[in-house]
Amino acid sequence: MEILDIANNLKNKFSDSIEFSEDSSYIKVEATKWLEISEYLKNDKDFMFDYLMCISSYDCGDKEKYGVAYNFKSTSIGHYLEIRIEVSDNESIPSVTSLWGSADWHEREAYDMMGLKFDNHPNMKRILLADDWDGHPLRKDYDTPEYYRGMPVPKDKTYWE
Amino acid sequence: MAKQDKSIIKAEEMVLNMGPQHPSTHGVLRLKIHTDGEIVSKIEPIMGYLHRCFEKHCENLSYEQVVPFTDRCDYLASMHMNHAYSMSVEKMLDIELPERVEYIRVIVAELQRIASHLVACGVFGLDVGAITPFTWALRDRERILDLFEMLCGARLLYNYIWPGGVSHDLPPNFIQYTTEFLDYFEPMLKEFDNVLTGNMIFVERTADVGIITPEVGVNFGVSGPTLRASGISHDLRKDEPYSVYDKFDFDVPIGKGIMGSVGDCWDRYWVRMREIEQSVKILRQAIAQLPEGDVHSARPKKVRPPKGEVYSRYESARGDVGFYIMSDGKNIPYRLKMRSPAFCNLSVFSEISEGWMMSDVITILGSLDIVLGEIDR
Repeated sequence: MEILDIANNLKNKFSDSIEFSEDSSYIKVEATKWLEISEYLKNDKDFMFDYLMCISSYDCGDKEKYGVAYNFKSTSIGHYLEIRIEVSDNESIPSVTSLWGSADWHEREAYDMMGLKFDNHPNMKRILLADDWDGHPLRKDYDTPEYYRGMPVPKDKTYWE
Repeated sequence: MAKQDKSIIKAEEMVLNMGPQHPSTHGVLRLKIHTDGEIVSKIEPIMGYLHRCFEKHCENLSYEQVVPFTDRCDYLASMHMNHAYSMSVEKMLDIELPERVEYIRVIVAELQRIASHLVACGVFGLDVGAITPFTWALRDRERILDLFEMLCGARLLYNYIWPGGVSHDLPPNFIQYTTEFLDYFEPMLKEFDNVLTGNMIFVERTADVGIITPEVGVNFGVSGPTLRASGISHDLRKDEPYSVYDKFDFDVPIGKGIMGSVGDCWDRYWVRMREIEQSVKILRQAIAQLPEGDVHSARPKKVRPPKGEVYSRYESARGDVGFYIMSDGKNIPYRLKMRSPAFCNLSVFSEISEGWMMSDVITILGSLDIVLGEIDR
């Protein structure tokens, strides 16, 4: 199914929670409805998105909103879909770990790097950085700390250029 | 060896640390293993020891400067990472490549696949106690590294495939040497097969161990040979042919459970061995069809993709590499996320090793063929 058909189908069922413009390559959904929509995407026989390939977090650049992009693939039908959710700093996104096992570590990475919060995640803690690291490095307004446990953190390019 | 039923014996739970410095974790991976006597009840992989802020660095580098960084992600299959990244940038820029570039890319990618699978199979043998095949695998891999050294001067981190082309054309005699290597390698592969694949001790240790069912595999986003061993024919070279893969005749080997059940450790090893054979087949065809031409003609003067995002997928030696790149119209990526196949493959590890003995944990981890550079990025 093409993204246009998928968007129309979702709009019929979830009307206001779906945002889609004709020329875009993704569908934007509301965080509050995400759990229902994700279940529908996985189990409905027209969609069957059983393969969650990637979850990428991103900074919307306005110091308020942070987003997450899900890339799905269906192994039985073969179509592809990108879903995006954008939330502000104090909102959280429902975790989809119960539906796709691959979401577990990817959501932890999104939390670690971008500071996104996921509800009902079984093990929400940092995955790549140290547990006591300050801040979320991939945010655009992130300041690299001067020291980590007494060790200087290389800041300027002379260290690696 | 059979999976142990935890309910029969109950002892006190013990937490055992394995790694980060341990030869069987294939890098700096730490495993927190909860054991009940000798039986594993839960494994928590702890990673990040090799985290080099790849994604953060990319936000400060121009698109061309990212290429050498991708080398360091999967250092056993650097060509694949170069290729995957370059393909995603080309997809954003909408560049049409000369035929010769595509063929050169396929040739180096398949040579790299052989090299990477040789390490995977050899080291897997070493993990379960077979030392001879490991030395053989590295001996033959050395030949491929020599070819790459001839090609671009580097043995491991090539920086060879750039957006829009490759750094150098093939050196004189490269094709001749590659053909000579293939002629030498095919009997060697048979010998390797004879010594390890059907070996009783090897089969005892690996067959029926750590089974990934197709459902679990798909649910956890497992890809590459690891997923194909579970009986799912999922190969991007066949399913969504990129580059010039649609011009070659090759098969996608899938796990059949010859020695045990479909999706066990032995199947994962076997699929990799059969893939090496297919790579040799692709190489012979690519060499025969290699066209003439200029390899630099499509190189863009400046890489400045239009605003938007792209998600491109590539079949590397470890599985489905994805690059999700968001551009805001500047010459540096706004956000670059790499979907690392080994990261997803490792996430299934805890699920499948539950109930197995401690010694099987090594076997299962070895069969997943992880590269920590790519997991930690």
